Amino acid sequence: MAKNYKRPESLVDVATHYCAGCGHGILHRIVAEVIDELGVREKTIAIAPVGCAVSAYDYWQFDCAEAAHGRALAVATAIKRVQPDKVVFTYQGDGDLAAIGTAETIHAANRGENLTVIFVNNAVYGMTGGQMAPTTLADQKTATTPAGRDVKKEGFPLKISEMLVLLDGVYSVERTSLSTPAGVLVTKKAIKGAFENQIQGKGFSIVEVLSMCPTYWDKSPADSARWIEEVLSQYFKLGKLK
Amino acid sequence: MKRKILISGNEAMGEAAIRAGCRFYAGYPITPQNELTAYMANAFQKAGGIFIQPESELAAISMVYGASASGVRAMTSSSSPGISLKQEGISYISGAHIPAVIINVMRAGPGLGNIWPAQSDYFQAVKGGGHGDYHMIVLAPGSVQESFDLTKLAFDLADKYRIASMILSDGILGQIMEALEFDDESKPPQPPEKPWALTGAKDRKPNIVRSLSMKRDEVEKNNLLLQKKYRRIESAEVRFEASGLKDAALAVVAYGSMSRIAKSAVESLRKQGKKVGIFRPITLWPFPKKQLEKLSGKTKKILVVEMSCGQMVEDVRLAAAKSATVGFYGRSGGGIPTEKQVTREILKMLAQKR
Ligand SMILES: Cc1ncc(C[n+]2csc(CCOP(=O)(O)OP(=O)(O)O)c2C)c(N)n1
Repeated sequence: MAKNYKRPESLVDVATHYCAGCGHGILHRIVAEVIDELGVREKTIAIAPVGCAVSAYDYWQFDCAEAAHGRALAVATAIKRVQPDKVVFTYQGDGDLAAIGTAETIHAANRGENLTVIFVNNAVYGMTGGQMAPTTLADQKTATTPAGRDVKKEGFPLKISEMLVLLDGVYSVERTSLSTPAGVLVTKKAIKGAFENQIQGKGFSIVEVLSMCPTYWDKSPADSARWIEEVLSQYFKLGKLK
Repeated sequence: MKRKILISGNEAMGEAAIRAGCRFYAGYPITPQNELTAYMANAFQKAGGIFIQPESELAAISMVYGASASGVRAMTSSSSPGISLKQEGISYISGAHIPAVIINVMRAGPGLGNIWPAQSDYFQAVKGGGHGDYHMIVLAPGSVQESFDLTKLAFDLADKYRIASMILSDGILGQIMEALEFDDESKPPQPPEKPWALTGAKDRKPNIVRSLSMKRDEVEKNNLLLQKKYRRIESAEVRFEASGLKDAALAVVAYGSMSRIAKSAVESLRKQGKKVGIFRPITLWPFPKKQLEKLSGKTKKILVVEMSCGQMVEDVRLAAAKSATVGFYGRSGGGIPTEKQVTREILKMLAQKR
């Protein structure tokens, strides 16, 4: 029998630093598989965020730039403009993409930069200890909302993907989830599509991935997956938005 | 063939960038440097090159980071408030050892200040306005010609040392029009090989452009590497201009457009038989400290003149105050010391007993 399941060439054979049950490891692998399948490893340039995935380049076998917190899409814009023949993507958390980097996100999207964006929504700031993120749900407890997010003071969870849908420069927007094996397959398909869009020159494509953070949700990995199913994805609706 | 044209300082820096082979420019509008941004937009449209008007200076400098990480010569320009925003990116560029050229056409601050010329960003430029132990090469032109020449040099030095080079201009130098002479046929130099650039990991290991390491000793190692580079630059790249210092009882120290006014004052006084000279730092970092230290051995009075409340004077004192008296005259917030005021200060100091 042929062995089909193997480590992608684009994925380094080391253990990751991520917590048990964290979604980043799964997502790194998905990206690596897609890059392999598209045969573009040797012309891929990734931009790592500031956040838990800051050292994603320790796990990927292609060129990578670190960006300042929130500036990944400005860095990506320049790399892609200088090297339009390369496959350029950013991998960003919700704090990086939807708080400190909101301006960079909106304007790269609005310019219609031919880029792929992997947006990891785990509803908290993981790297700094589980503080409120722009995507933290109403009443969700975090390090900086000990009584739960009060929407009267802290605002509502930011639906930045829905905002991006409105921009003429944006080609495709999809929201998926890592909470079930089926969700992982849908995520992979969406990410592959977002890379194919870039390769075909179609323009700005973003995949928002709902991803588990058991450590700062204070839940077991299994309960974290369930929480995405039952709660997080009720607010952040899955599907192809554009 | 030599060509001579009349051009503003801002546009001269743009022309120099094109002739240095700059392929990428990102800049957010701000007075008094807008002519430069427009010049780059026009020039790139004709010559081919990537021009982006980004959403902010934060984005502009990160774009320069990305373009430079891709291996091309890249530049951004702004004026003081915008340069404050660029400090984030400058720190990352420094930590990641990538070249970049940044132009600051200084205006008055703090805050929004006004659009009049000033030299009050000296500390920010030479001491490292962003976080971390880093330096930029800081070049201070004194004319339109020098704005052109030093911009070209800034690209060469940036590539040579993989460092950020800043041109510290000001609202006068950016706006005045003067004659500029250059070799019209010169081709942009071939930038050095950049094996570290992000061009796709084909037939090599992946390249990573970064400043982070979770391991403490690695960041310390990177800092030591930076310091080694800074020592090399300090020993090889100091530039300055001096005149009338052989027999001088007093030396005026000034840079940029302030040096032009100071020079007029010094030249008139020399005609009247006063023993005064002028020392003009061209590199503000590396600072000509050895030269000033030497000067202080024989010229016992040094007057620093700035369009600020006193910034470069601190570096002059560090170099010269052991052997000479260091005085200061400055105006700030858009105020420009006049030739008359500088002359008065020189005479006052000449008359003082040591
Ligand atoms: C300018 C700046 N501000 C703050 C920080 C601290 N910081 C590091 S990561 C982070 C938040 C990351 O959260 P997110 O983007 O949601 O990614 P996650 O860690 O959850 O994957 C913050 C605030 C920083 N590094 N730089």
